Amino acid sequence: MNSLLEIVKVGIADMNIVKNPGLIRTSGLGSCVGVVLYDLSAEIAGLAHIMLPDSSLAKNTSFNSAKYADTAIRDLVSLLLKSGAKASRLNAKIAGGAQMFQYSSGSDLMRIGPRNVEAVKKELYSLKIAILGEDVGGHSGRTIEFNPESGELMVRTVNKGKVVL
Amino acid sequence: MNFSEKNISSIQLDILKEIGNIGAGHAATALSTLLNKKIDMSVPDVKIVSFDEMIDMAGGPESVVAGVFLRIEGDAPGSMFFVLPLVQAEIFIRELPGNIPFCADELPYDELALSALQELGNILSGSYLSSLSDFTKLSLFPSVPMLSIDMVGAIIGTGLLEISQVSDYAIVIDTALNDELQNTNAVNGHFFLLPDPESFQIIFKALGVPDYE
Repeated sequence: MNSLLEIVKVGIADMNIVKNPGLIRTSGLGSCVGVVLYDLSAEIAGLAHIMLPDSSLAKNTSFNSAKYADTAIRDLVSLLLKSGAKASRLNAKIAGGAQMFQYSSGSDLMRIGPRNVEAVKKELYSLKIAILGEDVGGHSGRTIEFNPESGELMVRTVNKGKVVL
Repeated sequence: MNFSEKNISSIQLDILKEIGNIGAGHAATALSTLLNKKIDMSVPDVKIVSFDEMIDMAGGPESVVAGVFLRIEGDAPGSMFFVLPLVQAEIFIRELPGNIPFCADELPYDELALSALQELGNILSGSYLSSLSDFTKLSLFPSVPMLSIDMVGAIIGTGLLEISQVSDYAIVIDTALNDELQNTNAVNGHFFLLPDPESFQIIFKALGVPDYE
């Protein structure tokens, strides 16, 4: 049966939602953070692949809201609520925010992984959404897949294999 | 400023192709000298792509590669990637002098092999950049190259951060290198040059091309 499950793929700076039966996946998270918000009793989940911590970093006025932690999480919540999730039942699992390159000098952007994680946590805290699982930081890329029925988040890295949160 | 095929003229596109041609040409020569073998190079491809497309160009988000990333500093800042499939990285390392042990499936990787790979990236991107700098008369210098062996998505995503603050698209100058003696059709390595959005004007101006709108 598993092979028949529909897998919703989320690209970089993108978001989407999935209902049971189905899985939602994003591949190749580096310094980006994958945020999964889900309502287990409605068996619905949303995933955002965010790149940057704060929409105030945007240098123009029209931007893709899924790119920034603050706007992506807010939009994902309203998308989920429209599709039948209850705000009070939403929980989160997050993964990513690695530092892919060791960079000694200069650019703040090289520390973006930890900053993304901080921004995501802050936003989730202000929306009173509990984080029930996380695999963040480190120096490895991650691919994640979420099952809205079981609430399990599968995290795969190149060197360490699969972990289920 | 958003990019589209419309606000970049065909002459500008040709200039960018020539940049890829000259830069990667010098880099291919350097690689060829280093390994003492013939290296082929594709005609550069200049594309305006979304981030997902860019990652697909490098082999898809989950494929594992050795990626050397560096920032270009100076008159026309930007980012540069040299991306090698892991198998090819292994072949290159074995062909370098010094019998460095490296096996793509064995962890942890040999320190010396990693260092050699980083140096390979350093030499190649250095020759790419210095020819570019000669050609445009712009002062361009590379940051210390950084190496990561991981998923393409994770590596490229990091290099796109600078651009992602202004745009959802990147102008990519992509040149593929082919190692002739291996399987003939396989692409063995990619150079990606990603000038920062504000650098295009500077590059075009330096080469006397009509203004970039």
